[in-house]
Amino acid sequence: MNNSEVIYGINGPVVYIKGPTEFKMAEMVYVGKEHLVGEVIALSKDMTTIQVFEETTGLKPGEEVISTHDAICVTLAPGILTNIFDGIERPLAEIAKNSGAYINRGVNVDSLDMEKNWQVHMIISPGTYVEGGSIIAEVPETRAITHKVMIPPDLEGTIESVVEDGEYNITLTLAVLRLRDGSTRNLTMMQKWPIRIPRPIKNRFPANAPLITGQRILDTLFPIAKGGTAAVPGGFGTGKTMTQHQIAKWSDADIIVYIGCGERGNEMTQVLEDFSKLVDPKSGNPLMDRTVLIANTSNMPVAAREASIYTGITLAEYYRDMGYDVAIMADSTSRWAEALRELSGRLEEMPAEEGFPAYLASRLSAFYERAGMAENLNGTNGSVSIIGAVSPQGGDFSEPVTQNTKRFVRCFWGLDKSLAYARHFPAIHWLTSYSEYLNDLSPWYNSHVGPNFMECRNQIVALLNQESSLMEIVKLIGSDVLPDDQKLVLEIARVIRLGFLQQNAFHPEDTCVPLEKQLKMMEVILYLYKRSRELINMGMPVSVLKEDDIFEKVISIKYDVPNNRLNMMGDYFKAIDDFYDGVIARN
Amino acid sequence: MSIEYMGLSEINGPLIAIEGIKDGAYDEIVEITVDHKEKKIGRIVEMYKDKAVIQVFESTDNMSLTNCHTRLTGHPMEIGLSEGLLGRTFNGIGEPIDNLGPVIAETRRNVNGKPLNPVSREYPRNYIRTGISAIDGLTTLIRGQKLPIFSGNGLPHDQLAAQIVRQASLGENSDDEFAVVFAAMGVKYDVAEYFKKTFEESGVSSHVCMFLNLANDPVVERLITPKVALTAAEYLAFEKGMHILVILTDMTSFAEAMREVSSSKGEIPSRKGYPGYLYSELATIYERAGIVNGSTGSVTQIPILTMPNDDITHPIPDLTGYITEGQIVLDRSLNGKGIYPPINVLPSLSRLMKDGIGEGFTREDHQDVANQLFSSYAKVGEARALASVIGEDELSPLDRKYREFGKAFEEKFVGQGFNENRTIQETLDLGWELLKLIPRSELDRINTKILDKYYPVVEN
Repeated sequence: MNNSEVIYGINGPVVYIKGPTEFKMAEMVYVGKEHLVGEVIALSKDMTTIQVFEETTGLKPGEEVISTHDAICVTLAPGILTNIFDGIERPLAEIAKNSGAYINRGVNVDSLDMEKNWQVHMIISPGTYVEGGSIIAEVPETRAITHKVMIPPDLEGTIESVVEDGEYNITLTLAVLRLRDGSTRNLTMMQKWPIRIPRPIKNRFPANAPLITGQRILDTLFPIAKGGTAAVPGGFGTGKTMTQHQIAKWSDADIIVYIGCGERGNEMTQVLEDFSKLVDPKSGNPLMDRTVLIANTSNMPVAAREASIYTGITLAEYYRDMGYDVAIMADSTSRWAEALRELSGRLEEMPAEEGFPAYLASRLSAFYERAGMAENLNGTNGSVSIIGAVSPQGGDFSEPVTQNTKRFVRCFWGLDKSLAYARHFPAIHWLTSYSEYLNDLSPWYNSHVGPNFMECRNQIVALLNQESSLMEIVKLIGSDVLPDDQKLVLEIARVIRLGFLQQNAFHPEDTCVPLEKQLKMMEVILYLYKRSRELINMGMPVSVLKEDDIFEKVISIKYDVPNNRLNMMGDYFKAIDDFYDGVIARN
Repeated sequence: MSIEYMGLSEINGPLIAIEGIKDGAYDEIVEITVDHKEKKIGRIVEMYKDKAVIQVFESTDNMSLTNCHTRLTGHPMEIGLSEGLLGRTFNGIGEPIDNLGPVIAETRRNVNGKPLNPVSREYPRNYIRTGISAIDGLTTLIRGQKLPIFSGNGLPHDQLAAQIVRQASLGENSDDEFAVVFAAMGVKYDVAEYFKKTFEESGVSSHVCMFLNLANDPVVERLITPKVALTAAEYLAFEKGMHILVILTDMTSFAEAMREVSSSKGEIPSRKGYPGYLYSELATIYERAGIVNGSTGSVTQIPILTMPNDDITHPIPDLTGYITEGQIVLDRSLNGKGIYPPINVLPSLSRLMKDGIGEGFTREDHQDVANQLFSSYAKVGEARALASVIGEDELSPLDRKYREFGKAFEEKFVGQGFNENRTIQETLDLGWELLKLIPRSELDRINTKILDKYYPVVEN
C-alpha cells in the first residue's frame, strides 16, 4: 500500500495531489518536510485535495504527503482540564515552551502530558465482563473533577488482569481485556476519538432541568435546559463574549469547554488570567479546575479554526460519558462558518447565499444536534449544552448564519445594539429573545424554586410587553398624555429594566444571583406594582408616588441585599406597605 | 548558483505566470529583471508542479512574455531591521525613499509574522493618555490594544490621528521609550505630506518610521505595506523594549487592493466581491497588536478606515469591528455642527477600557462617570426625537434638561481644540460638571458613595 504521495499544487491552505491516491476521506496526513498536519477533504480520479491546518508558506510541489491511515483524532485522558489547546488539540503552553512566544509550524508535541503520573484507583476486578463505556478506574484530575477511565466505546470483553492502585502515567497499561475473538487488548488511561464523529450513547432524554447561570434575564426570562442549545447573536460590541464569559464562570455545569474560534488573542489571555484567579462559589476551587480552553484565534490558520468546534465538542462528549454536565461556549460560530466559506472558496465550490457553501445548514445542524441530555453507555447520565455566539454581518439577523442557527437552537438570546449603546448590560433584548424550553422547565422551577415562579415570570414579561406598546405612543406624543395607570406601567417597567434585567458583571454581589433571590426580587417588584396600582385606582397621580424614593430603593435591591441574606427581602414588603400608608395619610 | 528563468507564459494585470520552474515554494519572493535594466519583485501566490503564479509588487507595464528574467530568492518576503529604522521613510515594501541610503540591518525577518501564542500574551492593562476627552474619558486607549478609527471621506480622521500621535503619553512612567510606526496604504499625496509635516513640527520625526504607499503607487504593494510596518513595530517593541504606536491608514484601500488582486486571480467572490479570506487576512494584521510576556514593549494599533458611504455595516468596518478591541466612530452630522473631533460616542467603544481605568490607573469614579455619560447621552437622542415630533415647547422639563445636557456634552466634552491637551482629571471633572445639568435622581449608573463625593445633595 502506498503510504506517501507528492504535492502537485498549493493555493493558500489548500494542497493538491495529482492522480488517484490511496488516501481516505477525512484522513489525517502529514504534508511536506515540516510534517504540517492536514486533512483529506476531496478525492477524485484526477485530484486529491487536502486542507492544511498550518501556514503553508515555503511549501514546494514535489514534497511528500504522508498518510496516517487515521481520521483527525483527539487524545482523551486525564490532563485535559485546566489546559489550553489550539484547534487540533495541541497544547499551547507546551508549544510556547518549545518555540517561544510565536507559534511555529510543524511543532510536534503530544496533546497531553505523557510523563505525568496520576493517582489511579482501580474500581474493576479481573473476570468482570465489560462493554464500551464501562468505568474501570478513577483518577482525581483536578481538585474538583474525578476523571473516570472508560473502556473505548467500540470494545467489549472480559477483564483478565488489573494493576494495583498507585501512580501511573497515561501510557501505562492499567488492565488487560480479552476480547470476544480471544485476542487481548491492553487498556491505558488514553483513548483516541475522531472529532467529526459523535461519541455513542445509549439513550437521549428530553430536557427537564435548567442550566442555572446566575444571570437574571437568562434564568428567569429565557432559560436554557441542561443538554440544551442556545444562540447568542449580536453585532460587535453588544456583549456576546461577556455573556459567554459570565455563563462559563457562574453556570452550574460540572465542566466548561470554552472554544475561542477565530476571536481575539487578548480575550483568550483574559479568560486564562480570570479563570485561574476566580473561585467557583460551589466547590471553592479555581474555575480553571473545571475548564478547558480551545483557542484558535483569528490569526491562527483557518483550517484549524474549522476543526476547533469539533475538537471542543468531542472533549465535551468524553466528559459527558463520565456522567458530567458539560457546557460548551463556542465563540463564535460565525467565524467557524466563515472558515467554511473561505475553504469552500479555495476549492472553487459553487457558493450559495452570501458566498457561504450550500452545506452550511447541514453542518450547523450536525453540530448543534451533538448537544443533549443522555444516558451513557455505562448507565450514567450526562449532558452537553451548547451556547454558540453568532456574529452577524452588520448586526443584521437576517444573514444566513443567524437564520440557519435559529432553525437548530431552541434558545435565542438576541443582543441589541441600542441597549448596548445605552450601556444596558446584558444587552439581551427581551422582545426578540425566546426560549422553547419554558414549558419543559416550568415544573422544575415551580417545584424547586417556588410554586409562583412561572406566574411571576409571566407577569414581568407581560409588563415589559405593555411598556413596549406604550412606548410607541410616547415616541409620537410624549408621556404626559398617558393616563396614570399607563404611566405607572412605564414606571414599573423602568424598575424591571434597571433593577432586574440590568445586571452588573463587575459587582461582586450582582455578577451571579441565586434563583431564590431572582424570585424574591420579582415578588417585591410585583408587590410594588400591586400597591401602587391600588393608589392609582383611588385617584392618586403618579407624580405623588414618585415623591417617595421607594422606586429607587427597589431598583437597588440587586446591590443592597447580599445573596446570602435573603431574609432582608422581608423589609422591602414592609417598606412598600409603609409607603402605601404614607401616601394615603398625606393625601 | 541561482537559476534565472527566461520569459513568462502569461501576464494578467498584476499577475504573471511562469512555467518550468524547479523548486519554487509557495509564498516565495522572486526578482524579475525587465530588459536587463529594471528590477521588480513579486511573490508566488499559487504553485502547481512547475507552474508558478506570481503577484508583482510593481506595475507590470513594459513587461512582455519574452523580456523578463526571473530569479527565485529562496525565502519569503523579508525586511532588514535595526533601530536605524526610526526617523526614516520607506516605500510600501520597505525600500528607503528618503535618499539616506540603506538601513544597516541587525537582523532580517519574514514580514508575514507568526501568530502570537495566546499563552504568551500579557493582558493589556495600562492606558495611554491622548489628551482627548472623548477618547480618554469614554473609550480609553490601552497599551497593546487595537482601536480603529471608523471615519468617512471628508471627515477629520487624519487630524485626529495626528493629534493622538502628538499628545500620546504613557502617564507616570514615561521614561519608557515611545515611538510611532506609520503605514500609509493608497493615501493621497497630501495626506502623507500632512502627516510628515505634523511629525516634523511637533519634533517627533526622529521617533517615527514611515512606510508610504501612495494612491498612485502599485496596488499590490499595498498588500504588503501593513505587514512590513508591523514587522518593524514588533521588532522595536519586543526586542528593543519600546512602546510602539502603529497608525495604519487607510485600511479600506488595503481591502480594495485585496479585492482587485483576488478578482484578477479568478477567485470566487464572497460578500460585495471581497474574497472569502478577507476576515482572516485582516485578522493577521490586527492581531499583531499586543504585549508579549516578559517584554517591556508593546504594539498599539490605530488603524484608520473610511467607511464606504458612511456605512458601518459594510464588510470592511464590519469585519474590522469583530477583530479589533473596540472602535472610535466619527460622525458626519457632528462634523457639520463644527464639533472637532466629531466622535460619536454611542457606537464608540473600547473593550479593554474596564481593566485599565479606575483606582490605581486613572481615578476611582472613571467607570461610573463614563457609564453615566453614555446612558444619559443615549437619552438625549430620545428627547431630540420627541422634540422633532411634538415640538420643543411641548417637551417636559426633564426632557429639556436632557437636550441642554446633550448640547453641552457635544460642545464642551466631545469638542475640543486641535492643540488642546486635557488631563484625565480635567476630563472627568468636566464630565461631572455636565452631569450636574441633570437631576441627581436621574444618575442611575453611579455608585451612591461616588455620587455623594462628587455630586453632593444640595439642601435648599
